[in-house]
Amino acid sequence: MLLINCPYCGEREQEEFSCGGEAHIERPKNPPELSDDQWADYLFLRQNIKGLQFERWNHSFGCRQWFNVARNTATDEILAVYHMGEKPPKLESNDPITPCGEPKIGSGNFSTSKK
Amino acid sequence: MIKKPKKYSVFSLVRNALSYHENWQPAWRNPEIKKNYDAIIVGGGGHGLTTAYYLAKNHGIKNIAVVEKGWIGGGNTGRNTTIIRSNYLWDQSAALYEHALKLWEGMSQELNYNVMFSQRGVMNVAHNLHDVRELKRRWNANRLNDIDCEWLNTEQVKKFCPVINTSPNIRYPVLGATLQRRAGTARHDAVAWGYARGADAMGVDIIQNCEVTGINVNNGNVTGIETTKGTINSKKIGVVSAGHTSVIAKMAGIKLPLESRPLQALVSEPVKPIIDTVVMSNTIHAYVSQSDKGELVIGAGTDGYNSYTQRGGFNIVEDTIMAIVELFPIFSRMKMLRHWGGIVDICPDASPIISKTHINGLYFNCGWGTGGFKATPGSGWVFAHTIANDQPHALNAPFSINRFSSGELVDEHGAAAVAH
Repeated sequence: MLLINCPYCGEREQEEFSCGGEAHIERPKNPPELSDDQWADYLFLRQNIKGLQFERWNHSFGCRQWFNVARNTATDEILAVYHMGEKPPKLESNDPITPCGEPKIGSGNFSTSKK
Repeated sequence: MIKKPKKYSVFSLVRNALSYHENWQPAWRNPEIKKNYDAIIVGGGGHGLTTAYYLAKNHGIKNIAVVEKGWIGGGNTGRNTTIIRSNYLWDQSAALYEHALKLWEGMSQELNYNVMFSQRGVMNVAHNLHDVRELKRRWNANRLNDIDCEWLNTEQVKKFCPVINTSPNIRYPVLGATLQRRAGTARHDAVAWGYARGADAMGVDIIQNCEVTGINVNNGNVTGIETTKGTINSKKIGVVSAGHTSVIAKMAGIKLPLESRPLQALVSEPVKPIIDTVVMSNTIHAYVSQSDKGELVIGAGTDGYNSYTQRGGFNIVEDTIMAIVELFPIFSRMKMLRHWGGIVDICPDASPIISKTHINGLYFNCGWGTGGFKATPGSGWVFAHTIANDQPHALNAPFSINRFSSGELVDEHGAAAVAH
């Protein structure tokens, strides 16, 4: 289970949160002009990254605020938490050496700042 | 030359017993990798192996490589809860899963390999009025599709599975259930091993510990793959890599509507036979059966976020165990022995993608999410057809990737039997 540092409430257990999926997907500015493929891309297609992923979380059983999290999906390390509307931070993540490979450390919510 | 493997029979068992079982031969070869193949299957799980098997058997394409990152039977094929059924709601899925169920029924004979397919029935339990209505709708849909299904009331449920708690005073009382008697379980490793052996006997090269690192595309045509053991060329590549499909697709610049999540399962200490069917409940999210070794096999849910870590949150296990204990108070003091996770690739409509892509010769079979094991033979059957003919089989035509643009989704969230 993850320990998530809500920017409003501090560290709480993941059970209090719900994940809103990939972050920084912008709603199309010109909906009537979009082709079916462009709609599919906006609605359904996802990067589903193995490695550093930016995603949205909601503190649904707490302050009910949305915020962004940068997490390494290969290790479950949470690398940064930042507000909605902010640009994703530039981060070094411990990605697997090969695309499908496994990282050196297993899963676990280790904070890189406490190294 | 490929040496035909010896047929397994009672005589071979006796013959090998006389030599203290020291002379059994490996079930498949450990071949040298060739430079060129007629087809490459990426992923040596159940679906990949059946694809290679039926390409060789039904379509005469025998110069095939199955490339597997780990070892055969080490991925989701060896991690699932082995439930097999075909009681899906929509016509498209019902046809696909029923085709698979029919193949399961003859599998051990066809492969000369005992996959321990046991048609012990699968019961889907209803706990409230909404469940009753939904399950009765599914029951009727199944009957219209010629799929066996029955409705059981509370007393009949108790009679069919005596250990279930049918007291009206529990939080989610048992109000009835659907029962598919032809459904059941099978030994999952044996399915992978049996198809690996069968495919190998027809000349398919099974290459283990070989990870794909790139897909080579030239002018919109696929030309081969890069692996940790070098380049392998082929004009047809079928990707069947479950949780890692998005990672492989990215190598060819393709984005898919998939999200990879950990799905957990656990087994208890072995006990004497206590439950002789499979019980599933969507509302309280529990499913349980008993393996031939005597262990209770319990499936938990997926985590609510993407991850490739092959282990999920403890809260998910806790929720499942709470539900199991309410439904089966007799299990409350059982100890759990092992617990693991697998990475499943989930589609927005909870149906698979078995499809061509805009790159010639590159095919995807993915998105089986939390319920791919039951479809293993059927999935390989239709995917082999798609690869061999460069067009989908009638059964997998509705499962094209184009459905996300056309909007013709096959929404099977309800029929996934448990909500994930």
